[in-house]
Amino acid sequence: MTVPLSRIAHTRSGDKGDTCNIGVIAWEERYYPILLREVTPERVKAHFGALVEGPVERYELPNLGALNFLLHRALGGGGTVSLRTDAQGKTFGAALLSLQIEVSI
Amino acid sequence: MIRIANGQGFWGDWLEAPVRLVERGPIDYLALDYLAEITMSILQKQRQADPRLGYARDFPPLVARIAPHIRERGVKVIANAGGVNPIACAQEVIRLAPGLKVAVVLGDDVFPRLDEFLAKGYEMRDMDTNEPLSQIRQQILSANAYIGAFPLAEALATGADVVVAGRSTDTALTLAPMVHRFGWKPDEYDKLAAGTIAGHIIECGAQCTGGNCQVDWQTIPGMADIGYPIVEAEPDGSFVVTKHHQTGGRINTHVVKEQLLYELGDPKNYITPDCTADFTTIRLEDAGPDRVRVSGIRGGPRPPSLKLSISYTAGWKATGMLVYSWPQALAKARAADRIVRERLQQLGLSFEEIYTEYFGVNACLGSAAPPNPDPPEVQVRIAVRGPERKAVDRFTRELIPLVLNGPPGATGFGEGRPPVREIVAYWSALLPREEIATEVHLVTQ
Repeated sequence: MTVPLSRIAHTRSGDKGDTCNIGVIAWEERYYPILLREVTPERVKAHFGALVEGPVERYELPNLGALNFLLHRALGGGGTVSLRTDAQGKTFGAALLSLQIEVSI
Repeated sequence: MIRIANGQGFWGDWLEAPVRLVERGPIDYLALDYLAEITMSILQKQRQADPRLGYARDFPPLVARIAPHIRERGVKVIANAGGVNPIACAQEVIRLAPGLKVAVVLGDDVFPRLDEFLAKGYEMRDMDTNEPLSQIRQQILSANAYIGAFPLAEALATGADVVVAGRSTDTALTLAPMVHRFGWKPDEYDKLAAGTIAGHIIECGAQCTGGNCQVDWQTIPGMADIGYPIVEAEPDGSFVVTKHHQTGGRINTHVVKEQLLYELGDPKNYITPDCTADFTTIRLEDAGPDRVRVSGIRGGPRPPSLKLSISYTAGWKATGMLVYSWPQALAKARAADRIVRERLQQLGLSFEEIYTEYFGVNACLGSAAPPNPDPPEVQVRIAVRGPERKAVDRFTRELIPLVLNGPPGATGFGEGRPPVREIVAYWSALLPREEIATEVHLVTQ
């Protein structure tokens, strides 16, 4: 069945210049393989659409049951140069929680 | 075991936090992080206006407020409050809290040496764009090297009650007491990495004790009295993250995981001036109420370069807003945006960027926002950026006229014409670490 990412994970996001990072953390260890399979860089990039101009990278932290995404050229120039309200990418993590994923629970 | 607390995640964080940390229970070291990337440039401007300024002005009065605890219980304070003028900061601390022993760490400020570095052939290319520093040489306001925990530990070794640094890394403030008290050496990579990760967990203050936290946020108790974090550090590099009893907030493994992932890059290569830490080796376990044990951390050698934090002027910007009410609030707001853009074009004004958001519709989440086709009200926010102050200034005159000459029902213009702000941008580059020599001084009146 299809559920929003919020059912199996929580997130926190922040900035490094014009790059936004999103940590995605499985609520339970057994959900980590689902994250690995479903939350791909391609799907994250598509989820944010025009908001993210550059590539999306993914790093794995199996010890924490977590993934770390780097969204490049995602903050309108970043820092003080950016004209956006959320120039620090604080809300990107919550925005990713609506990503629809396939689970067999 | 030593207890290291963080009472300030940035300059502007909760003023009560460090006071409650020293009042509500035992701590040995109080670390205070005042510097964000852009703070140094603000401080540089303040020093240019007044040579006695250029540091975090909240810090000396805070030290005076907690001075009885420093004197009676031996709590040591470590802060990067010195900004671009650590000596002036230390002198003000001594003026407000006489009798305290205050050490400063100098050597991070490389602004006067930039031309020397360029002449030596260091291009100091921006780590994001790869452009050489010479391109913005005339616009530079400040330049500092991030320094690590060892110079701070050297300052603690003088017996100082208060250590004032300039651009030290955030994590070094937590690692330094461990290096000082446990005698860790520069090649004890795993221990240095552990202390660095302890610093990463607590450097944002309450973000690891329940602040900005998605983990059952509605049930987190006592947020009005949230406890700031304390690391109980052991000589072997393991540690517990906790907070004082009977303070608000919550600490468990999920809360700590959120902060571990905060502003993280490649988790296997978390680079600081002290070591390289591997976040994929961290082991977390719940160890009682509001206690998380952290162990197993591995690390590698420090890098051959230090990172420079450089600020420079990069043009002008302004942001204006208007509110449109139901019916057709969003359509009216969109029409207002089209009209402003057309009028700017008619005036022959051009900008690097014009960016429009609609609060209540998509300001935060952009195309990822859930649809909201008929909101009862919308705030349109238009921002511009460009190299000419005059053009940006003219833009700020184009919003309020819409109340009378644009779509019906505009309000929310009570703040008047928006201010024009100069943009101070951030440049990061690498420099061989041999170029940076730090010094510790005891400051007396």
